[in-house]
Amino acid sequence: MTLSHCIALSLFLCAIGIFGMLTRRNLLGILLSVEIILNGANINFAAFAHFRAADPVAGAVFPVFVMAVSACEIAVALAIIISMYRRKKRLDVYRLEELHG
Amino acid sequence: MADFIFFHSYLILFFPLLSFAVIGLGHIHSDNRFVAKLAITLSSLSMGYALLTTLAYLIRLPHLPERTMLAYNVAWLNFSPGLTANLGMYLDPISVMMLVVVTVISLLVNIYSVGYMKDDRSFNRFFALLALFSFSMLGLVTSGNILQMFVFWELVGVSSYSLIGFWYEKPSAVAASKKAFIITRFADAFFLLGIILVSFYSQSFSFQTLNSPETAVLLNRTVVIAGFPLNLLTLATLLIFTGGWGKSAMFPLHVWLPDAMEGPTPVSSIIHSATMVVAGVYLTARMFPLFAASESTLFFIQCIGAFTALFAAVIAITQMDIKRILAFSTLSQLGYMIFSLGAAKVCAEGGHHGPVVNLLGYSAAMYHVFTHAFFKCMLFLGAGAVIHAVHSNDILKMGGLKKLMPRTYWSLLVACLAIGGIFPFSGFWSKDMILLASLQSGHYVTFLVGLITGGLTAFYMFRFFFLIFHGEARSQLHHVHEDPWMTWPIMALTVPTIFAGLLEHTFVEQVLPPHLSEASHFAHPAWLPWLATLVAIAGIGGAWVLYGAGKTEKATALKKAFGSLHTIVQDKFYIDEVYLFVTHKIIFARIAAPIKWFDRHVVDGAMNLCGWLLQLGGRIVRLVQSGQLHFYLGATVVGLIALLFMGQ
Repeated sequence: MTLSHCIALSLFLCAIGIFGMLTRRNLLGILLSVEIILNGANINFAAFAHFRAADPVAGAVFPVFVMAVSACEIAVALAIIISMYRRKKRLDVYRLEELHG
Repeated sequence: MADFIFFHSYLILFFPLLSFAVIGLGHIHSDNRFVAKLAITLSSLSMGYALLTTLAYLIRLPHLPERTMLAYNVAWLNFSPGLTANLGMYLDPISVMMLVVVTVISLLVNIYSVGYMKDDRSFNRFFALLALFSFSMLGLVTSGNILQMFVFWELVGVSSYSLIGFWYEKPSAVAASKKAFIITRFADAFFLLGIILVSFYSQSFSFQTLNSPETAVLLNRTVVIAGFPLNLLTLATLLIFTGGWGKSAMFPLHVWLPDAMEGPTPVSSIIHSATMVVAGVYLTARMFPLFAASESTLFFIQCIGAFTALFAAVIAITQMDIKRILAFSTLSQLGYMIFSLGAAKVCAEGGHHGPVVNLLGYSAAMYHVFTHAFFKCMLFLGAGAVIHAVHSNDILKMGGLKKLMPRTYWSLLVACLAIGGIFPFSGFWSKDMILLASLQSGHYVTFLVGLITGGLTAFYMFRFFFLIFHGEARSQLHHVHEDPWMTWPIMALTVPTIFAGLLEHTFVEQVLPPHLSEASHFAHPAWLPWLATLVAIAGIGGAWVLYGAGKTEKATALKKAFGSLHTIVQDKFYIDEVYLFVTHKIIFARIAAPIKWFDRHVVDGAMNLCGWLLQLGGRIVRLVQSGQLHFYLGATVVGLIALLFMGQ
């Protein structure tokens, strides 16, 4: 397993995430896609830390940070989605367009 | 002691101002009796202090240069090192005379109003405004510089506006107050131009500088305006006089004064006697030394005054409204004062103390202001008492009031004799002096006009008097009574009306403008008083023949004989209609309407176009914010990719 394999994997995950983000109509699906993008980025961090860094620990710290932040983000986003669901009884982003200009 | 009194002379103005502030701000809904007491007390204090100041001034008089003094003088507006406007208290013969007249009449009118306004629900507001009116006029007469005078001048305009329109529920009163304000304001614009002109050349606002011979020399130059060569001195003095022209309601700016009768009668009384209309005469007298330097200005003033005197007297003969007769009589008397001022004749140029002037006209005008104030105030107060009793302004509905209102009858008889110019009442002396001055000025036409006007005055005043009091009542009268609050001030005014003649010599010798040396008086022709009295008696006799029995049959027959001539005079020579034509058909339709169109369509249109364009831009940009999450995300991704490619 070389660095190229890892980068390809992370690129693949990012592409899946972006595709999902752009095509899913459900807010929860979009949230999941965002998480996939973040994980793709994490793999990138980890791979570069493993293969290139002088001190692997320094690079491995970043995925931990990203996970912590994304956990917070999920907590907030889920709270918003739940309250939105309670109000609207739907999570279809095509129909949620009150904020248009 | 005298210094102490002079130092606190601002108190004369302070008491009415206090009265206005306290009643207007704190007691507008308070008990009427309390407000009346307060107003009368403060008015009396003001009068008391004015009399005290007068006394101190008379004691000091022999030591005063040019008979003038500034009781105090503080810097008020520093425009530039060379041009400062002060706030001062200017005492000279005419301002001291006016202090006495204004405070005395203001007090009497205050007392009278307690009776006249007692059933009015705006009783307190009336007293507040009356106090403001007195304050403004007192400030006007004591101003030491022309800018301060202009401020008070406008205050007089504003307070008269609010008093003429006092009964603001009445559309006619509102129209009259607007008319008065707009016409006087129109004239004041020229006054302001005059102030700017003279202060620009003399670098000063103070009357002492403006009236000095040096200012006249500075201004005596020719300027070319729009191709016309004009003497700057004549131009400036005429501009300043225009202010007085509007305020003193000289022809053709007189139209506001008869309409100002819409106000309560005490207001008419104070406007016509002590405040407002005499302000114009006072201004002319105040600036007299400057005016006297320009002979054409004086001649113009004389012509305008004489014409107004005759014109108004002719109209007064045909009027049926009790207050309108008095209004036109005021116009006529103001004409007398103005033409008397113009009749002070310039005899020679130069000399050590400036031009030499025969000053009798000046003294006569001021004397007539003094005597006229008392008898005209009395006539209006008497008319008010009659209106209050009869509840009508139409003299045809009166008649036979002699038995019902004896005190008013005798008092008004004195006033009518005085205004008619019968010996020994005050009007005789002042009118005689005016006639003498016009005779000395050498303009015999104005002398003749003055003489004829005197006869007409006697005629219309006694027509008024006989129709009100003599004969039988021409309508049903209920509960006619005399209110003591109203009769006492009227009766008090008989005292100055009878005895003011004693002051003739004081006026001739002491009431003189500064900076002018006096020419020796011409002889007083012995036939003049006889002639004037004869004319006056002829006028009274005419009135007696036509109306003496309190009947109108003979007059109606005479009216038929004159036919359309009478109608033209009764409709006031259609001056009001000319004004309406000029304002509506020419100014509104030909000038204002196109300007309005331009404003609505071109100016507003340009603004609306700007707004519309911005709105359009906003509407286009708004399309970007669609509210679709996918659109934003897609745009973000596309933007990111574009950035990546740009980075290479």
